[in-house]
Amino acid sequence: MQEARSKMENKVVDVFKSKVPLTVEDLWVEYQIERGVVKAVRGVSFALARGESLALIGESGCGKTTLGVALIRLLVQAARIPKGEITYWRGNQGIDVLSLTQRELRRFRWRECAMVFQSALNAFNPVLRIWDQILDTAKAHGVMSRGQVRERALQLLEYVQLDPKRVIDAYPHELSGGMRQRVLLAMSLLLDPQVLILDEPTTALDILTQRTIIDLLRRLKEEIGFSMLFISHDLATAAELADRVATMYAGSIVEVGPVEDIFYRPVHPYTLGLIRAVPTVTGEFEALVSIPGAPPDLVAPPPGCKFHPRCPYVTERCRVEEPKLEPFYGEMHSVACFNVQRVQQDTLDLQERYAKYMGGKAA
Amino acid sequence: MSDLQERESQKPEYLIEARNLVRMFGSRRERVTAVDDVSFGIREGEVVCLVGESGCGKTTSGKMIAGLLKPTSGQVLYAGKSVWNPRGEKGEDFKKFRLGVQIIHQDPYASLNPSHTIYQILSAPLLHHKLVANTREALERVAELLSIVGLSPVEDFLYKYPHQLSGGQRQRVSVARSLTVNPRFIVADEAVSMVDVSIRVGLLNMMADLKRDLGVTYLFITHDLAVAKFFAWEGRIAVMYVGSIVEFATTPQLINNPLHPYSKALLAAVPEADPELTRSKQRVELRSQDIPSLLALPSGCRFHPRCPYFEPGLCDVKRPEFLPVGEGRYVACHIAAREMRGSA
Repeated sequence: MQEARSKMENKVVDVFKSKVPLTVEDLWVEYQIERGVVKAVRGVSFALARGESLALIGESGCGKTTLGVALIRLLVQAARIPKGEITYWRGNQGIDVLSLTQRELRRFRWRECAMVFQSALNAFNPVLRIWDQILDTAKAHGVMSRGQVRERALQLLEYVQLDPKRVIDAYPHELSGGMRQRVLLAMSLLLDPQVLILDEPTTALDILTQRTIIDLLRRLKEEIGFSMLFISHDLATAAELADRVATMYAGSIVEVGPVEDIFYRPVHPYTLGLIRAVPTVTGEFEALVSIPGAPPDLVAPPPGCKFHPRCPYVTERCRVEEPKLEPFYGEMHSVACFNVQRVQQDTLDLQERYAKYMGGKAA
Repeated sequence: MSDLQERESQKPEYLIEARNLVRMFGSRRERVTAVDDVSFGIREGEVVCLVGESGCGKTTSGKMIAGLLKPTSGQVLYAGKSVWNPRGEKGEDFKKFRLGVQIIHQDPYASLNPSHTIYQILSAPLLHHKLVANTREALERVAELLSIVGLSPVEDFLYKYPHQLSGGQRQRVSVARSLTVNPRFIVADEAVSMVDVSIRVGLLNMMADLKRDLGVTYLFITHDLAVAKFFAWEGRIAVMYVGSIVEFATTPQLINNPLHPYSKALLAAVPEADPELTRSKQRVELRSQDIPSLLALPSGCRFHPRCPYFEPGLCDVKRPEFLPVGEGRYVACHIAAREMRGSA
């Protein structure tokens, strides 16, 4: 089963050719807790292309943050990675992240891959000015002279539309949530990483601030050209920012594809369920359908497909066998479900909506 | 106003009404007005949504309307009677009001006592207010409440503790608790924002069923416009900005044709779970990204430093009044009010 998964992703890797800064192969992450072993990430494989943004969407407890943290090996003590490969590519040279020593990890983090954490307030030391935090970061990762760091920091702060002179000498509490989030973004770019992992980048922010951050991220990505992996439970943020979307459920990617595919012709019942459960603001009233039940207990997940207890398309086979992630609409759009044809039938309205948009554009 | 007072002598128009509510916080030296002159009414069986960004005063307004917080000035009327008497004490009907009005809090992890079972949590108000004669009746009523909020089979939940339930289930317990006293009016403060997407709709539908089956009236406080639209499609939405309501209209009016520049900006900015729709939205460019501090409020209209329709000499000088502009709508904006008068 795992073999098939890797094979499929390898093909996708071929499509991207050498432009892949990050590949993940059959990654598993477990936590040891009192009750047993939590399988938080189960056999995840994907590749991130240069300059693309991939959204990992899913509900709380689906393993998306664990996956993000595992990519820079910041997992807590209780976690272990029993299996898998994480490789960052610089040109043709691959860095095997799971075999790096602590010392090497320090050099690797932030330079190759920076992570922006969910809570912008808690990410700062409250008694240090922004400048000191930036300098600490640079020093910790073995970089540059003070003068160079300062110059780069001012440049970046201006780039994220802040008043650099004012912000650099401020304490975190003097800045609003949106400003802090922008400082974090600027800091993450300090060492020019090629991959940026963002955990719920806009979740705690107000609508107008959220809009500023979304627009900023889009511009940064276009102008600087880094790859972005962002983790979100919010479908709207994914619809805004993603080139590709991967839906996670119970530790596995159950569907991955281009953003239009995922929203207008999803083939996994869980993805479709999420789309049907989220109202849009614009337009007329639409009835919404909730997904019955609750996410599974990852210590004792159900047999077969992990979604089957909540799935309206469930068959006998789903109860005993876990479907593999396999290409459906071409190589780029894969899904792990036995009943894709039936799900497909139920997305005709979404496909129609998409056709209408496309028609409108052509005209 | 006079015709409103006239009607009051008969049946009041509103089940609950806020009149010129003001709430200040802080010391005498450094005072902030968190809620500044908020007035609106909710008819029996209606849903009104209060939307706005964090710090705009929507929770403070909700607490005052639920009687949990005393207004600095202004009145809350329940079934036409003032909740606080002229001396600022609890009015004579306060207990009736308290039983008729319930609040559901945002955080289902913090609002339930962790050392009590679900049965204890739900039976306490029943027994306290003598709504049941004995514990056997209490158990029956608790079981009934649990099935109303969709927690079945009830035996699975009665003797569990809150930590054994998921966020969505806890929030259902919160709703069940608010129903123990048979309220006519529920203030739901961000009641679904901490619940996962897949479960949110179920919770909202369940709350909508209570409106249909039990005739519950809602004040639904949320920062999420999509949720507001879904829950209050047949009701009205009030948009708050820095302590005041800037627009009040039926939900379809507000969503499809917002009048206040702030409402327009919000609707244009909100990301949608539909890539084509969200990426092709017309943006409203604000003149500034900064939300004014309550300690240094702008002169005139509080939105003027950010407003794209700003008219110097008018908006920065005179504070717009919150006025009816026809079609049952209210707006506090010089420009929008002028345009509505022009088109009428």
